[in-house]
Amino acid sequence: MIEILSRPWPWYIAGPLMGLFVPLLLLLGNKSFGISSNLIHICAAVAPCGIDFFRYDWKKVGLWNLCFLAGIMIGGFIGGWLLGGVGADLSPQTQTVLKELGVRDLSGLVPGELFGWSNLLTIKGLIVAIGGGFLVGFGTAYAGGCTSGHAIFGLSSGQLPSLIAVMGFFCGGLIATFFILPVLL
Amino acid sequence: MKPATTTDRLLLYFLLGIGFGIVLTKAEVISWFRIQEMFRFHSFHMYGIIGSAVLVSAVGIALIRLASVSALNGEVIVIPPKAMGLGYRYGIGGTLFGLGWALTGACPGPLFALIGSGVGVMAVAVLSAVAGTWVYGLLRPRLPH
Repeated sequence: MIEILSRPWPWYIAGPLMGLFVPLLLLLGNKSFGISSNLIHICAAVAPCGIDFFRYDWKKVGLWNLCFLAGIMIGGFIGGWLLGGVGADLSPQTQTVLKELGVRDLSGLVPGELFGWSNLLTIKGLIVAIGGGFLVGFGTAYAGGCTSGHAIFGLSSGQLPSLIAVMGFFCGGLIATFFILPVLL
Repeated sequence: MKPATTTDRLLLYFLLGIGFGIVLTKAEVISWFRIQEMFRFHSFHMYGIIGSAVLVSAVGIALIRLASVSALNGEVIVIPPKAMGLGYRYGIGGTLFGLGWALTGACPGPLFALIGSGVGVMAVAVLSAVAGTWVYGLLRPRLPH
């Protein structure tokens, strides 16, 4: 059992499991699945600063979701701890391209060149970790959702705005992958 | 049966989050390399995950609508429609998020799962994401939506 769990899970196990969270949250408490709302709740809780967007009862609206988010962090700990050989299944094509771009170590979850305390204040580190993080926060708030809220919940409930958002996600992702990262790496 | 207290319910969501975090991690959705693989169209893995998640979720939502059941806490289940407006927010906001997704290799859920799985430096990306959301809140009245 532990051995099966410790291997990376294939998409046809992980995808359906993720999809189940949408009806589950609706059935349990009429809750809409969406992770990025938490970033808004955190702002509302910590630094509302009189901004209209953050003026609401974050405990009433978002405490359940913040608990869900805290769970995700613990889940990352448990999953990461049970996890063996992540990255081993990476497509050979991707491995070749990334090596050509100068990523030396393809083991682990993130490339050390970009994500490391010692690289944080280099140009690369600043753009990727701090700039990328900022864009994630700004973009999801502007778009009104992220991969969970738009791609999974929005698309599965048949919402056209979510389809536009997902096309935007890919538009941005492709620009960063083919034009920004090759320069940075 | 006595109605569950709020704390009980919060614990339930916390436990669900743990489950979700484990799936994200075990399926390598939190791997920067996997996101690169996806944006380079080198593997079906991420498309299979998102596609099958959408499918299962769609079936679940259809069944809920069909049966018109209430949630366990007694509330009527509502799926809030997303207002189209002019659509700018979805196109522009979506693209900006996409840039961040490919750079950090993580969307919001995985950002937090990565911290848990030991990539501590992602805490900086999370703080930056919170700052990004805050700046959006500040600029919101002046942005096209």
